[in-house]
Parts: sequence; structure tokens; C-alpha cells
Amino acid sequence: MNSAFTHIYGPIAILMIAAVGFAIAPLAMAWLWSKKFSPRKPGPVKNATYECGLESNDAFLRFRPEYYLYAIVFLIFDVEAIFLLPFAVAFTGLTVGASIAMLIFLLLLVEGLVWTWRKGVLIWV
Amino acid sequence: MDLELKEALSRQGIFTTTLEELYNWGRRSSVWPLTFGLACCAIEMIATSMARYDLARFGAEVFRPSPRQADLMIVAGTVTKKMAPQVVRLYNQMPEPKYVIAMGACAISGGPFKQGYNVLKGIDRYIPVDVHIPGCPPRPEALMDAFITLQKKIDAQSLTGADRPRHLNAEEPSEFIVPQYGAHDLEPPKNVKLWNIITKNIPNGPGTASDNEPRKD
Repeated sequence: MNSAFTHIYGPIAILMIAAVGFAIAPLAMAWLWSKKFSPRKPGPVKNATYECGLESNDAFLRFRPEYYLYAIVFLIFDVEAIFLLPFAVAFTGLTVGASIAMLIFLLLLVEGLVWTWRKGVLIWV
Repeated sequence: MDLELKEALSRQGIFTTTLEELYNWGRRSSVWPLTFGLACCAIEMIATSMARYDLARFGAEVFRPSPRQADLMIVAGTVTKKMAPQVVRLYNQMPEPKYVIAMGACAISGGPFKQGYNVLKGIDRYIPVDVHIPGCPPRPEALMDAFITLQKKIDAQSLTGADRPRHLNAEEPSEFIVPQYGAHDLEPPKNVKLWNIITKNIPNGPGTASDNEPRKD
């Protein structure tokens, strides 16, 4: 029984060892070669995180709060428009609850529109 | 190995090689340049890598966008003083062995902008250049000629011995001084030690004597 087992699987085991050796041998040779012929020379610039040539600076920049107006206008005219189209298409099939939820969403954004209008942001020139 | 014996054997159809030759053949046949263009010379460099001139014949078509994967920096164009620290930093980030081709008059000396206040008078002030190509801009053939010259240089490099190249010597530096923006000029304006590294292997070159005087220019 045992001899039959090795008779069948022996060649496969030999092939497997050969396959693993075939894969590992070049890696081992490259590793040995680099030990002898490529001395490691690390340095502060070489080990730097970024590789665009510029030094990375502090990411804590000043971000002006006035830009909130642009964010409000963007929400009204871009994000709201995306939601309005499916809302209009599915309007007849919607339940009362869904319609109220959508209207609350619209009213919240309209509030922003009123705010920016009164601030004079919508006057172009 | 004896050269005559090698030739006699090759006439009989027996090809012999050394580990060093095989290694250098592999290195020179797959030099990967850095994707790095500074000015109009870069257009010629791009043309060289495209179908008409086909740098792929020399194994150098793989332009790498990361210095960590590149072997060759082709300084293609005008190096402004604003850009010089970035060029040196990218060179420092390249793994060894690394090579530099200074392409065009600007990269060699500042070219037509040599009198300009903002142009570096040659990238060899900060990094060791292996091949200089004159021209404004050099034609793709000139870049290929420079590349073949570099391949010959790689072929001639020995693995052992006192004259082995910089990358095989653990004592030789891999990084060079990155210049800083000063009040009026880059600081330092040039890396004087660099010229000793370049000229060390040239017999009677400036670096062989105790020549630490800055170059007059």
C-alpha cells in the first residue's frame, strides 16, 4: 500500500520540489548578488516618502471660511438638480411619506437659496 | 579571459563569456529612463522613444514615472534655478547604478540662457553627468548616439577592483547636496566635490591631484 502510494505521488513530489526550486533559485541568486555587488546606501532624500522632487510641507493650510457660500450654491444648483430629476420622474408613484421627505430636503436647500440671495451672492457683476 | 582564445573559440562556434560581461549586457540592454522633460529637448526625447526613431531597439523604451524604478535621468532641457533642487532630489532618489545624460546646450551649460539670472549653468554643477550631448535641441539621432555611448560605458565597467564604478563602492556617496534657495543664488552655487568624483578615473584629470579649487567660469 505504502510503496504504491510513493509510486504514484513520488514523481509529483519531485516535480513540486523542482518547481519551487525553479522559482526560488533566481530570487536567491538575485539576493546573493545584491549582497555582494550592490551595497545599500540609504539617505534622507532617498528614503523620503514622496518622489515628485518637491519636499512635502505641512498639510495644515489656511482654508478661508468665506467659501461656504460657494458650497451652498453648489448644493442648490448641482446636487439638488441631480435629485430633482429622479424625483420628478417617480413623482406619480411616490407615497405621501416619500414626498414629504423630499419636500423637507428641498426646503432645506431653498433656505440656503434665500440666504445667498439676501447676501447678494447671486448678483453676477 | 584571454581575448585571442575567446575569438578562436567563437570561430569554432563556442561562445564564452564572463559573469561581468553577462551582467553588463543585461544592464545596458534594459536601461530605464526617468519620464522627465524640462523644456524643448524633451520633445526630441519623446520623438526618440516613438515609432520613427524607436529607442526600444536599445531596451530603453520603458520610461518610468518614478525615480525609484529608473536607471537613467535624461536631463532634457533648461534647468532653471527654481527647478535645480527638484532635479537633484529626483537624482538622489534613483536607485544605483544610476546614469545621467545631459541633453542639449541648456543642460550642459545654460545654453542660450547662460547669461540669464535664473538659469543653472549646467546640471553637472550638482549631479555627475555621464554623457553630454550638444545641440539646441539635439536631434533624436544625437540622443541615440549618447545612449549608445552610455551603453559602451556600462559595458566597460568592472565589477571588482579599485576602478570599479561608484555604485559598487560602499564608501562612495549615493546622494549629492540638494541646493537651497538663497538670497541671490542657489546655495551652494556648485558642488565642487562632484568634479573630483567624475574626473577621478581620468588619468592626469583634475581630480587626481589635490585639486580642490573651484572651476573658473
